[in-house]
Amino acid sequence: MTNPYDIIIVGAGIVGAACAMECARSGLRTLVLDRSFPGGGTTAAGMGHIVVMDDSAAQFALTNYSRNLWIELRLALPRDVEYDACGTLWLAANEEEMAEARRKQKYYEDRGVRVELLDATEVARLEPNLRSGLAGGILVTGDAVVYPPRATHFFLEKARLLGATIRTGAIVKTVLPDGTAQLADGTRIAGGRLVNAAGSWSPELMPGLPVRKRKGHLVITNRAPGFVRRQIVELGYLKSAHSSDASSVAFNIQPRVTGQMLIGSSRQFDVEDGAVDHVILDRMLRRATEYLPGLTSLLAIRSWTGQRAATPDKLPLIGPSLASDRVWLATGHEGLGITTSLGTGRLLADMLAGREPEISATPFLPDRFARGAGNHE
Amino acid sequence: MSDWIQKKGKTNLAGSIEVIVNGRPVAVPPGSVVAAAIALAGIMQFRRSLSGLPRGPFCGMGVCMECCVTIDGQAHSRSCLTLCVDQMDVRTDE
Amino acid sequence: MNESLFQFEIVIVGAGPAGLAAACAAAECGRRVAVIDNTPRPGGQIWRGQPQHLSSEARYWIERFHRSGVTWLDDTSVVAASGNWLLAEHRNRPRKIGWEKLILATGARELFLPFPGWTLPGVFGPGGLLGMVKNGWPIAGKKVVVAGTGPLLLAAALGLKQHGAKIMLLAEQAAAAQVRGLALNLLCYPRKLIQGAVIKAQLTGIPQRYAVWPVRAFGHDHVESVELTDGQERWMEGCDALACGYHLTPNLELPRLLRCAIAEGFVKVDDWQSTSVATVYCAGELTGIGGADAALIEGQIAGYAVAGQPDSARALFPRRASAHGFRRALARAFALRPEVKALATDETLLCRCEDVTWGRVKSFGNWREAKLLTRCGMGTCQGRICGSAAKVILGWENEFVNPPVFPARINSLLEPLKM
Repeated sequence: MTNPYDIIIVGAGIVGAACAMECARSGLRTLVLDRSFPGGGTTAAGMGHIVVMDDSAAQFALTNYSRNLWIELRLALPRDVEYDACGTLWLAANEEEMAEARRKQKYYEDRGVRVELLDATEVARLEPNLRSGLAGGILVTGDAVVYPPRATHFFLEKARLLGATIRTGAIVKTVLPDGTAQLADGTRIAGGRLVNAAGSWSPELMPGLPVRKRKGHLVITNRAPGFVRRQIVELGYLKSAHSSDASSVAFNIQPRVTGQMLIGSSRQFDVEDGAVDHVILDRMLRRATEYLPGLTSLLAIRSWTGQRAATPDKLPLIGPSLASDRVWLATGHEGLGITTSLGTGRLLADMLAGREPEISATPFLPDRFARGAGNHE
Repeated sequence: MSDWIQKKGKTNLAGSIEVIVNGRPVAVPPGSVVAAAIALAGIMQFRRSLSGLPRGPFCGMGVCMECCVTIDGQAHSRSCLTLCVDQMDVRTDE
Repeated sequence: MNESLFQFEIVIVGAGPAGLAAACAAAECGRRVAVIDNTPRPGGQIWRGQPQHLSSEARYWIERFHRSGVTWLDDTSVVAASGNWLLAEHRNRPRKIGWEKLILATGARELFLPFPGWTLPGVFGPGGLLGMVKNGWPIAGKKVVVAGTGPLLLAAALGLKQHGAKIMLLAEQAAAAQVRGLALNLLCYPRKLIQGAVIKAQLTGIPQRYAVWPVRAFGHDHVESVELTDGQERWMEGCDALACGYHLTPNLELPRLLRCAIAEGFVKVDDWQSTSVATVYCAGELTGIGGADAALIEGQIAGYAVAGQPDSARALFPRRASAHGFRRALARAFALRPEVKALATDETLLCRCEDVTWGRVKSFGNWREAKLLTRCGMGTCQGRICGSAAKVILGWENEFVNPPVFPARINSLLEPLKM
């Protein structure tokens, strides 16, 4: 019996949606299943930051590749996706961080990513609301911000136009080795191959996946246009993102096109409860006010949490799973799901269609943990 | 951030207090809310909405946020709930 | 009072009739009680205004409250709760309040349904306009149309008239027969009958119509006239202000934040006014829209219950049962006709904070999806206006409440609520 679908993608977050778009574009008959509505999970909770990161060569390769795909796509994006090429300003609070900034500058320039090294005066000129006494920073001009739920919607619309089918309210309970999706209502859907793109819920479909939940907090303010002009992140963010501490906070702020300020960030492993934790919120906001003293008088209108999908080596899982070559993975993107959605989609579609990917897929292959090739904690 | 300083109510012979609305003094009875002072100043439009439409107080009880103006330098302050204090500075979204 | 850290045995959120009654009951039993409210004076929405203008009942309770020794935390907006702590904002600064027993009496807000022109300056909620008028808003000599549904329309028309407004029309959307059912019910509640008669007498000179509702407000920068209909004819009334509201909806944000069970749109409570969360009690409009009478009784029961005086509480059960009967009659009398839920056109704004039209929102299947994809409900009021309307018109539940419950300065959130 022939399958009606070549690919079944479970999870219509931004990663699943990008995968659907690329698979459909490759001519693969694609079905997307989501238990609720697209982009309603971690995608909706995140910051929408498109950023090049260089914690590892592989991370740099994927974020850089993916960011370029966003830049190519930007003119086709509707206004409600709110693509804003405001750039990222990484802040150095002291000489140690400034040395890191110089290292980063060289690393990026050697790889063709445009950055500007800034001294304290230049940082103050670009962002007058930052406190005095910072050492400087680097400005990554090609970075941008988007509104993820609308970007997800756009990718799925493209996928639909290219022939994909999207079913919402379809709760997948388990995934069988032959690529069949078994739904909560008892029905089964068979396809050629199945892609688990369920993010922080992907281990629920496939127990044993090396994906852990990593909770984050965000706060959004009322309109304060111009309070900051670009995404600002402390260089210490990398310590937070890449630590294995139980909980950490790092300063991160994003101006939305509405003029509202989105403030982050926090990380906690293995906290199932999604309730806002005031101890963490206090720490996170305090950290932010250390960089932006004027933040204290802005009006916060909401806070919320989300669960990132974290892997042991901070790289996503893209490719055939260990279970079978009919079941694939596109998950584990931690805090870089928005950025790397497009790159993940391309890599996945290339591999599924038997094409040579534009960047090496090896660092992301799920079997790296079995091979012992992954960079464990 | 400016401190919220409670000023003692100064009353003239008529018992009213004075609030400065968009730079012009307005006499209001004690116990009035800032929204009343703005209305007494003859201002019907307190602010503009996101797409530029005129807006004024609506729910009158601090829920809708339509009556927000800048009070003593603090933006987004609910004028329907805030009591007038003598020499309070009030700015609408002009 | 400018301190920032407090600890009480019993904390009551809301200084309307329910909160004040609870406070008096608990304090008079010797308990250490605090009442928190985001307004400058006790009385809530229904007893708002200058002391000399209050009814004798309001004055009685407010004076009793002031004599009771309860700590009064005014201008204090509760923004978050965690464990046995409330985080609040007082004049742009944080206040942290610890409690052993909590009584939530946060009352109700007016329900607004969108119609073309409803966002024009000069369009208000009836209760809201009356509240502001009692606090100095100039209405003398102004032409006002009062419309919508509910007993608040009568109270508003009366109060506005007393302050010098010229009430052009009081338009109640319910059919006369429907509301007459309530009048017959009033016979069971003698006190209410007297109130009703007094109100009726004072309303002479105000044109009243039943089964009439507004369909459109006109004006350039401010309302100038309103178009009304009885379902067949349409006509215009010139006005300086339109006071239009569709009865009340409870302020469920704090109960939801504290994870109290909600049933049929109200907080579920037992005989002692206790919610599904031990140590958290509810009284007043949160348990059902019943007006000041039900609020006063429920408040006292909750106050006696938390103070460990079950007999005093039990003594009030019969009066509460009676008040609940009236509460049910009220809901039946002012049930909404379908026409008032269908006034918005595709171009009418639903979300006032983000200027999102009804046409864009209605195409979705649920509140959260509509919110994420259109931004409706993401503005400063966090869906209190648009979300409540969407619930009534589309049946969409909006269950997720996150702090801050009201907008709060970042400064006020720099206060860890440690368990």
